[in-house]
Amino acid sequence: MKLVEHFQYGLNSPICLTWELTYACNLACVHCLSSSGRRDPRELSTAEAKGVVDELQRMQVFYVNIGGGEPTVRPDFWELLDYAIDHNVGVKFSTNGIKLDAARARQLASTDYVDVQISLDGATAEINDHVRGPGSYDTAMRALENLAAAGFAQPKISVVMTRQNVDQLDEFTAIADTFGAQLRITRLRPSGRGADVWDELHPTAAQQRQLYDWLVARGDGVLTGDSFFHLSAYGEALPGLNLCGAGRVVCLIDPVGDVYACPFAIHEQFLAGNVRSPGGFQQVWQHSELFTELRRPQTGGACQSCLHYDSCQGGCMAAKFFTGLPLDGPDPECVRGFGEQALAARDGDLRLPKSDVDHSRSAPRNSRRGRAPVPISIGARPADGGPLIEVRPARACEASPLAPGTADTRLGSAAARV
Amino acid sequence: MRPEPFGALLYHFGTRRLSFLKTPQLVDVVTGLERHDDVHAALDSAGVVDAERPAYLRALAGLAANGTITQRRQETE
Repeated sequence: MKLVEHFQYGLNSPICLTWELTYACNLACVHCLSSSGRRDPRELSTAEAKGVVDELQRMQVFYVNIGGGEPTVRPDFWELLDYAIDHNVGVKFSTNGIKLDAARARQLASTDYVDVQISLDGATAEINDHVRGPGSYDTAMRALENLAAAGFAQPKISVVMTRQNVDQLDEFTAIADTFGAQLRITRLRPSGRGADVWDELHPTAAQQRQLYDWLVARGDGVLTGDSFFHLSAYGEALPGLNLCGAGRVVCLIDPVGDVYACPFAIHEQFLAGNVRSPGGFQQVWQHSELFTELRRPQTGGACQSCLHYDSCQGGCMAAKFFTGLPLDGPDPECVRGFGEQALAARDGDLRLPKSDVDHSRSAPRNSRRGRAPVPISIGARPADGGPLIEVRPARACEASPLAPGTADTRLGSAAARV
Repeated sequence: MRPEPFGALLYHFGTRRLSFLKTPQLVDVVTGLERHDDVHAALDSAGVVDAERPAYLRALAGLAANGTITQRRQETE
């Protein structure tokens, strides 16, 4: 069986675990996928968070992606960082840079197993600040300067691709080179507040092609978090899982301990459980009803007969869900245009699903209601055997796209199939 | 080394590389390396048949190339 087929039946522990430590944030980015702003009074305490780390260590989750909100505004952030690393749970954390002064940069530079990812959504202040808020470009640049001055090796610059910044890909590369950083680009999702701006900001069809061509030509060494697998249908399959990993190899622990199928699916329909419940995270990961359902074999629904189904597998579950499209149909950004047709064909009275988890500073947090069953459809790839091993880049969810020299590709083709 | 249905997930904290050992037999081979004098003894012990041996050698070479396993230092007394 090919590895990716094993993945769709789920693993003993996740490979890519995102853990958002707080909903508090100093910024109010218009596309925030977790609708962050205000801290939630029910957020995990320091002791509870350490308990989660202990559990991750027991489950051999080798590293976590920590985010928020802005994780560094938690007063115990640095304590938790050290605790995780001391317990063999490596950390990559995403930040807007607000707390990365010279002293913190030096501290990070002397810490093993920590990666830092600075968010930047424009190569110029004008484009960045339009999305992330006034002053956020300068904050990110200052953080990158401090990291470089402290000798921190290869921080990441993480860019959400929008209609406004697709043209700046080369400029982002130049910025990354200036700071000895690695560029990471990800897809804009209609999740959280992103739903409010998705129509305005998601790349046009022509820009998607432009992005794909850029990845083919210059994407060597650029990280993508596997987020553009829906573009594989243009031709060349993008290295990576090419599989929606939600609940199978990926999940999210949110600041109050709720476990969702993926970071882009903070909605009660994708809520699997809470780390505070008996059995903790392991129970949720291995036995929750939702994750069990997500790991059942899926059919491709309307997409099954498509020539490109094997490469895109119907795309992103969260992107479909939050744009009101059926989960067994095309991705809203389907490169063959079926998504656009489906969007146009939506009922005019359709109410888009909206998360009731909202910590935006202007909006109240509402109580959660009961969870309805989730209609799911994520497809399978045909079996063709598999090589004995596959080696992934440092972080499994950070496959380098299109790089002919990635260990994964090389070994995949070199090793005999069994 | 984390056991998984397909075999195991192998993570090296030094190189930060994650490898997927895609058969239980390969897991036996890799875990057996430290107990045996050489690679072939580890392959024998895990019961790898001759026909499959080249594939396993390539897999081990891949793990060695990315630093996940390293050659044992020679005794030089």
